[in-house]
Amino acid sequence: MSVAEEQIERHAPQGAWRTLVRGLQLSPEFRKGLGWTLLLAVVSTAGTVVVPIAIQQTIDQGLLSDEGPDFVVVTSRAVLAVVAILATAVAGFGMHRRLVRATESALSNLRVRAFKHIHDLSVLHHATEHRGAFVSRVTADVDTISQFMEWSGIGVVIMSGQLLLATAVMFFYSWELTLVVIGCFVPLVFVLRFFQTRLSRLYDAVRGRVAEMLTAVSESVMGAQVIKGYGVEERANAKVKGTIDRYALSAYRAGRTSAIMFSTGGLFSAAATSAVVVVGVNMGIGGSMTTGRLVAFLFLVSLFVAPVQVLTEVLDQAQNAISGWRKILSVLDTAPDVADPAGGGSVSDIPPGPISVRFEEVAFRYPTGPVILDRLDVAIEAQSRVAIVGETGSGKTTFAKLLTRLMDPSSGRVLVNGVPLDAVPFEQLRRRVVMVPQDGFLFDASLAANVRRGRALLSDEDIRIAFGELGLSDWLDALPQGLESRVGERGEMLSVGERQLVALARAYVANPDLLLLDEATSAVDPATEVRLQRALEGLTRGRTTIAIAHRLSTAEAADEVLVFDRGVIVQRGPHHELAEEQESVYASLHRSWMSQSRRVEVDGRL
Amino acid sequence: MPTTDRHIIRRGLGILKMSIRLQPKAFSAGLAGSALYAGMTVAEAFVLGRVTDEVIVPAIRRGSITTAALVAAVAAIMAVALLKAIGIIGRRAGAFLMQYRLQADFRRRVTEQYQKLSMEWHRGHSTGSLLSNANSDVEAMFWLIAPLPLSCGVLFMVLITFVLLIATDPILTVIGVLLIPTIATLSHFYNRRAEALAMRAQEMRAQVSGVAHESFDGALVVKTLGLEEEETERFAERSEELRDELIGLGSVRAIFDPILEALPNIAVIGILVAGTFRIDSGDLTTGELVQFAYLFTQLAFPIRAVGWILGDMPRAVIGWDRVKRILSATDELSYGEASLNGSGKPAQVDVRKVSYSYEDDEDDNVIHDVDFDVRPGRTIALVGPTGSGKSTITDLLVRLADPHDGMINIDDADLRGLRRGVLPANIAIVFQESFLFDDTVRGNITLGAEDGEAEVREAAQLAQADAFVSKLPQGYDTIVGERGTTLSGGQRQRVALARALVRRPRLLIMDDATSSVDPTVEQAILRGLQAAALPSTVVIVAYRRATIALADEVLFLNRGTIEARGTHEELARSNAAYFRLVSAYDGPQEVSV
Repeated sequence: MSVAEEQIERHAPQGAWRTLVRGLQLSPEFRKGLGWTLLLAVVSTAGTVVVPIAIQQTIDQGLLSDEGPDFVVVTSRAVLAVVAILATAVAGFGMHRRLVRATESALSNLRVRAFKHIHDLSVLHHATEHRGAFVSRVTADVDTISQFMEWSGIGVVIMSGQLLLATAVMFFYSWELTLVVIGCFVPLVFVLRFFQTRLSRLYDAVRGRVAEMLTAVSESVMGAQVIKGYGVEERANAKVKGTIDRYALSAYRAGRTSAIMFSTGGLFSAAATSAVVVVGVNMGIGGSMTTGRLVAFLFLVSLFVAPVQVLTEVLDQAQNAISGWRKILSVLDTAPDVADPAGGGSVSDIPPGPISVRFEEVAFRYPTGPVILDRLDVAIEAQSRVAIVGETGSGKTTFAKLLTRLMDPSSGRVLVNGVPLDAVPFEQLRRRVVMVPQDGFLFDASLAANVRRGRALLSDEDIRIAFGELGLSDWLDALPQGLESRVGERGEMLSVGERQLVALARAYVANPDLLLLDEATSAVDPATEVRLQRALEGLTRGRTTIAIAHRLSTAEAADEVLVFDRGVIVQRGPHHELAEEQESVYASLHRSWMSQSRRVEVDGRL
Repeated sequence: MPTTDRHIIRRGLGILKMSIRLQPKAFSAGLAGSALYAGMTVAEAFVLGRVTDEVIVPAIRRGSITTAALVAAVAAIMAVALLKAIGIIGRRAGAFLMQYRLQADFRRRVTEQYQKLSMEWHRGHSTGSLLSNANSDVEAMFWLIAPLPLSCGVLFMVLITFVLLIATDPILTVIGVLLIPTIATLSHFYNRRAEALAMRAQEMRAQVSGVAHESFDGALVVKTLGLEEEETERFAERSEELRDELIGLGSVRAIFDPILEALPNIAVIGILVAGTFRIDSGDLTTGELVQFAYLFTQLAFPIRAVGWILGDMPRAVIGWDRVKRILSATDELSYGEASLNGSGKPAQVDVRKVSYSYEDDEDDNVIHDVDFDVRPGRTIALVGPTGSGKSTITDLLVRLADPHDGMINIDDADLRGLRRGVLPANIAIVFQESFLFDDTVRGNITLGAEDGEAEVREAAQLAQADAFVSKLPQGYDTIVGERGTTLSGGQRQRVALARALVRRPRLLIMDDATSSVDPTVEQAILRGLQAAALPSTVVIVAYRRATIALADEVLFLNRGTIEARGTHEELARSNAAYFRLVSAYDGPQEVSV
């Protein structure tokens, strides 16, 4: 569904800097105690300037002093230097630890936040596509930020400190030479910016390719049954291989560009060193520069280069992290199109008791698609049993999704017990209106745990009673591990029909006031289905039941049948009346059903 | 599981050796670049030492300098820098090429292996964990390739440094000799601490991804039952466990890194002190002292690359272990050499005393002692209550798994003795759940086979899919989206049916293949199938009488065994349970309350 995709991609990509700032703002954990971390970082960078200063002192005070080398001075300064280096190492340890803690806490929270938000987006249940991509939002994309914040982030902090300290020491030795060095490094900034824009594009491509690869791999794994059944392993492999190779190629391209970018730092450093030698020697001849200071400058230039180099390298990971952030932000920035009124706005409670439903002039269409529901007006009384039938694409499922507020209508309103649906807090809505979808998705846990989802307080006995009330005790007892049976991923260790039984029990224990069954028993055997139907009716006279069904047995048993055709209700009434309307949609559906399911050969017996 | 550092390092080196063997060219390119880089790093220090001794010190002492001397100094500095830059590009590009090629290579191996392993194996492994194996585990495995050429270059650099040190001054050599083993010892200590943490972190990573995958997969259920909070809680728990592991791992690195950084600096101070004495005694020049001091500061950065490799070894080894578990999984079906004749003619099927259970649980058979045969051209229906083992039998017929007891023959050939590919060429199954690929409608029907337009359309017509497919924006070339999401359940089922029919299989298996289509459409499909005179033996799982009526014979399954066998009329008369099942819809008046 490209609509869903557009919904997320619509946000214009933001600039790298803006994304970075917003990314950092997302996580207050980064800022907490940042002052101490920075202080430790400054202390830890001091170690690097200790060496050039020690060299200058050794040469000027020790080696080249007029009285010859002074060993006491050299040795005592060396001891001092070693102490300083050790102190900076301790500070470095403290800083690393703090940074790792802050980063991982921040990112864990970010992961959880994105996860929650993705669940709030209707894209997820509308379009099963791109689920792999969503998984990578909360895993791989967050990991790139982690790498940046912990390794490059430390790098940025240390290297910026080193840059500042080196500049300060240089200024102390000679401001003229300092200006010469800075002048040599200015063009590098422009060179780096040039590469930065290119890399930004390349890394965005890489991330896209990763998502593509994950999607392809997950398809090949989830479709393994068909692939094996049809012996088309080679074709499946070829498709996956294509995405793997494209990913590798795009990653290599980005890596190659970053390699060229990384190499430029050394050239500028050499230019600076050359300038320092030429200018410094001339200053030395003029008497305004000592040998020790000039040599110390050669070391300081290299201290200047390392940060620029590392910062250049950091740009790599920063680009990665920014792409990661951008992707996460694009998810977080997508406002849920179906918003929970509990978050603000006017809230209404559904009056207690069984639920009546009214659709007023409700229309639905996808932004770029055809009209699915066309100005639908319908009222369903509380406690009634309604069956909805109609051809594929007639709008039945859309009706169900609007009623459970998985989507909002394009125009018109849906009312439950007279209250507009979009004013009901989700927590209440999901408790009182429950839909059982056709796909009986189960979590990879025990059968009991699946029924207990959302109702943690249910005892095993409660669950057993629920199965009993649904007439499913026999089935449950036949399972060797009973309630403790593991159902496997998506419930795959159970048959499709069994999964539907569990899904139904799960909704049943939720005890909603309106139960909506969307083809919920399509894979269950007829005897069990009829038994279930009877159980649901017998026990649910207090509640409203709406069932979408292909099997017309459901319609036959309902108080009222709604017949959908191309987005409108064409017939409505009890089964026996509708079946008698000649040439009607329902009559023809019913004829087919009759000829298929009953009295074919054993007519005489009945 | 290896527990010692020696193990980790030996196995880590094993990964490196294998990597070099697999990518000799990329490695050589990276190595050449790295050697150039290493040589030029030493040359840089050497040039600075010479410039100090021959330009700076005499110029400042004498108060004069020649232009030629300055030009020579600048030329030397720039030339060395240029060569170093070329070395860096070669080293890094080579490393990336090697890393990404290896990743791609192993991702292909892993994903191909997934296709070889049995459905039983697949049931025991979540999609999330398989994704993680193919993605992050392979990535972890080759994480240490990126700094590999640099590390080799560092070894080269250290070697040249020692040669120069020995040639220049024995005392300074001692300092260098002390530095290297200290780093090696620290790495060992670090590896021991980090291994367990890295392993757990990697497992946690897989779990986080697994929960996300499952939860997004079941989004509709999460939504309809209002489970968002509960799911977020579940995800948060895993995410926090991962966080704690990563903090633990990071803290260990926090100890290791600053020490490794401090060591070369301390060595430089040592060189200064020792050098002062040596210069005083005339054994060393100022330039030489500057050269080694500079060299040691320059070593500080690249020598950490060795640390990175050692540091990443636990992670790489664990990734390799997890990848190897996939690559060495032996749960593949074995194939024989036999083939089947009789193309274009219906197949004979014999199921002999077949039992099957999940997870080798002898007492928990899903089906037990199932024994039946289907003569060529006949149609049999498998009928039974939900969970009675019907789908298990169809899975065994197409060999998604092998029976634990008994055997299945087609045309008197044991399925297990057939060559790979023979069975799919003769059998087609329509699964109960129709899985479509993110491909065109045509691609989903042909699955890559060279079927002509006419065949595809004919199959689609028979499956009652042609009409709606023709109305799609691009007709048969419309992309159906991931898992066929743009089509409805009934439409997907019809495409899946066409997929089976286009093959004109000698054995056609339909596992409740029309459960999601309207009665009218279903009727049209069944009539079409009856009239089409397919060259097929048919096994059909069904509930509805019209479908059952297509069958020459019915097998009634209950709790994994065949309870009765006969025509529909015979069973309806003789078996009460069967009669109850198939006549459940007959009495709406009884149903209503």
